[in-house]
Amino acid sequence: MRDVAIIGVGMTSFGELWNQGIRDIFAEAALNAMKDAGVTKLDSMYVGAMSSGLYAGQEHIASVMADYIGQRGVPSTRVESACASGGLAVKSAFIEVASGMSDIVLAGGVEKMWDADDGSAILATASDQEWEAYHGVTFPGLYAMMARVYMDRYGLTREELARIPVKAHRHAINNPNAQYPHPMTIETVLKSSMVADPLRLMDCSPITDGAACVILCPLDRAGEFTKNPVKIKAIGAATGPIALHDHKDLTRLDAVHSSAQRAYNMAGVGPGDIDFVEVHDCFSIAEILVAEVLGFFEYGTGGKAIAEGQATYGGKIVINPSGGLKAKGHPVGATGVAQIIEATEQLQHRAGKRQIENAKLGLTQNMGGSGGSSIVHILEAV
Amino acid sequence: MIGIVGFGAYVPAYRIKSRTIAEQWGDDAGTIERGLLMQEKTVPGRDEDTITISVAAAKNALKRAGIDPQKIGAVYIGSESHPYAVKPSGTVVIDALGIGPHVHVADLEFACKAGAESMYICYSHIKSGEMDYAMGIGADTSQGAPGDALEYSASAGGAAFIFGRENVVAEVMYTHSFTSDTPDFWRREYEHYPRHGGRFTGEPAYFKHVLGCAKALLEKSNMKAEDFAHAVFHMPNGKFPLKAGKILGFKQEQMDQGWVVNLMGNTYSGSSPTGMAAILDVLKPGEKAFMISFGSGAGSDGFIFEATDRITEVQGLAPTTRGILEGKRIFLDYGKYAAYRRKIRFDN
Amino acid sequence: MANSQRYTREIPRRYRLEGQRFVSGNVYLPMRYIDPETGERKFDPIRLSGKGTILSFTEIHIPADTYAREAPFAVAIIETDEGARLTAQVVDCNFEDIKIGSKVELIFRKIMEEGNSGILNYGYKAILV
Repeated sequence: MRDVAIIGVGMTSFGELWNQGIRDIFAEAALNAMKDAGVTKLDSMYVGAMSSGLYAGQEHIASVMADYIGQRGVPSTRVESACASGGLAVKSAFIEVASGMSDIVLAGGVEKMWDADDGSAILATASDQEWEAYHGVTFPGLYAMMARVYMDRYGLTREELARIPVKAHRHAINNPNAQYPHPMTIETVLKSSMVADPLRLMDCSPITDGAACVILCPLDRAGEFTKNPVKIKAIGAATGPIALHDHKDLTRLDAVHSSAQRAYNMAGVGPGDIDFVEVHDCFSIAEILVAEVLGFFEYGTGGKAIAEGQATYGGKIVINPSGGLKAKGHPVGATGVAQIIEATEQLQHRAGKRQIENAKLGLTQNMGGSGGSSIVHILEAV
Repeated sequence: MIGIVGFGAYVPAYRIKSRTIAEQWGDDAGTIERGLLMQEKTVPGRDEDTITISVAAAKNALKRAGIDPQKIGAVYIGSESHPYAVKPSGTVVIDALGIGPHVHVADLEFACKAGAESMYICYSHIKSGEMDYAMGIGADTSQGAPGDALEYSASAGGAAFIFGRENVVAEVMYTHSFTSDTPDFWRREYEHYPRHGGRFTGEPAYFKHVLGCAKALLEKSNMKAEDFAHAVFHMPNGKFPLKAGKILGFKQEQMDQGWVVNLMGNTYSGSSPTGMAAILDVLKPGEKAFMISFGSGAGSDGFIFEATDRITEVQGLAPTTRGILEGKRIFLDYGKYAAYRRKIRFDN
Repeated sequence: MANSQRYTREIPRRYRLEGQRFVSGNVYLPMRYIDPETGERKFDPIRLSGKGTILSFTEIHIPADTYAREAPFAVAIIETDEGARLTAQVVDCNFEDIKIGSKVELIFRKIMEEGNSGILNYGYKAILV
């Protein structure tokens, strides 16, 4: 396998992009990434989207996007793994470059969520349609059931849980692409409307339009395009049961654990070597569960540790400098790629006020459903 | 011997008090309670309908019968609130219970008489030797228009009876039916609520048919009111059945057990069957019970049952009718009730 | 939202709780061809008793449109006495009465309606016992 580098990144602002359709936002992100890398011609491309058909009425988007970014004729592949579709796009592009099959490959993700009327029903297609969604349970409901067990077992209080989105918003203030770059108080979280007990609106990542793209090439060619490429040091992917009720322990995300172990092994590093992480905080509780299973906190201690400031600047490890899914926004198919972009910018030391000092090794974790899939990337400054 | 081998009832947990409805419409609650002899009525949960009520009642009947559901050769559901206009309720019910597919199924409708009608057909099947077991169910989520007098009574519940010739707990001794064309109460297709003829539903309809059927049945059986431990008459309100029973010579204490209307309301096709199930809960070996249904339009089916020794063995195998009725109750205000009963229009 | 075709083939599971017990002893409600825990392929059909215990629960306040009329409603993850895991609504009770560890029984209820003109969908829900 060849070493693979990221040579360019591009994304749209995340938010309610009423004047742009799905192809507009993808094109904006892709053309930004190609400009950043200084490339005009791709060898191949991957597009991650959870449900462009249900959200925006358009399937077959791999071809649509190739055509609309001036790459008509180029092989283009749509990949899907629910909210981990973006991470899967990067993984797929990585394999194609590492294998020697192609040199310049775009990995992008997109979701146009505000074009849909019943977003809850669309998201629910990423749960077990026959055995979960049929009974009316929503994604907030599934994560609420994880939260209830965690809070019951480890004594995490509702107020402590509220500190996690508060931290996310504090980080997002410095992210110009974030959907909600404004401060949030604990009181606002605790008074926000109930979505799925005990989770309230401000525990939940928002509905977001957005796209994000990165350009990969072999590491030994990266110098042709950029002075500071970022190496994709390792990738780990795993699946888990799609139905939450099939998880042996409702607070342990086994797929995240497996994907992380694979990535750590491939990179030859452990959690102690990582300088910062971007994790899939689709709900406040998710950040805790993921941080624990990635090995940053002991099981049962992550909630209180993050509430006490251990996951922000000056703490044990910075989690989600971008603001995370909660405050940066969560256009589901784009999220995994946007995490890679944040990590790349941090490792290139161009993250502005969000910059983490001496960041050399970053980890991203992108999750599908209630733990049905997970993809971990470990990125390194070179 | 031909008769009931298993019986069971079910009513939803939700209730609304007559007083709550009276307050909504500016009626005098005391007058209503005294006039109709009704304190409260059952309301179906938002996820309950004739099908789910039938399944719940039938499961209790199967527990008492203790038979393999596959041996049931026919299932009939009498209701005036079948959830589909076209598509049977009975097919859902048999598949939920593990009956069939080698089974005869039909949905029946004859206003409030359809439940008793299903019992009569089941009895006839067994008598003909056509099959070993047949199940008749009367269940309804009755409709009553907002502000109409029916709103005080229209309620939800049902009862199921498995008929057979072995292990009978209550033998069918006599039956009689009495029918004429009397349009006292009706609901046209595509209409949400039934209409009725006010006082015309009384003497020319309810009493003519209930008393006509009852008198013929007593004559046919050569029995008198005092020969029965218990009697139940269709319960459109609290007063009518007590008045009918009194005219026939029944005493209050013979009617108490089956008179569930004060707490249940009128479960239409489920009314007299549920009262009958309550009687079977306490009927002793050798005791006789008298049942007269009534369905507008109009007609009555009457039954005389006699309990066998086996009845005491099965009475405790499932929840009793009064146990369910007087058990867990969740009271609704009028707003919730209106939403539960879809009296508030939803466009999607 | 389901449809007639998808709905009909799940009737044995949804109406009658017809699951399967693999040689390992693991019990599942949805049809599986291979035990995901053990790789075992041999199983016997089993009809679940419908009795179980709540492992976790929530109350859904903002559901998909199909379930909007029902909200708020409680949902739980339940382990049946046989060891099968499933998700079901918990009905006919106050939300405050539901606890981790509560004993439940599965009953037959309407799950949803496919709009005003589509089919009615039935299946299991739980009540506290």
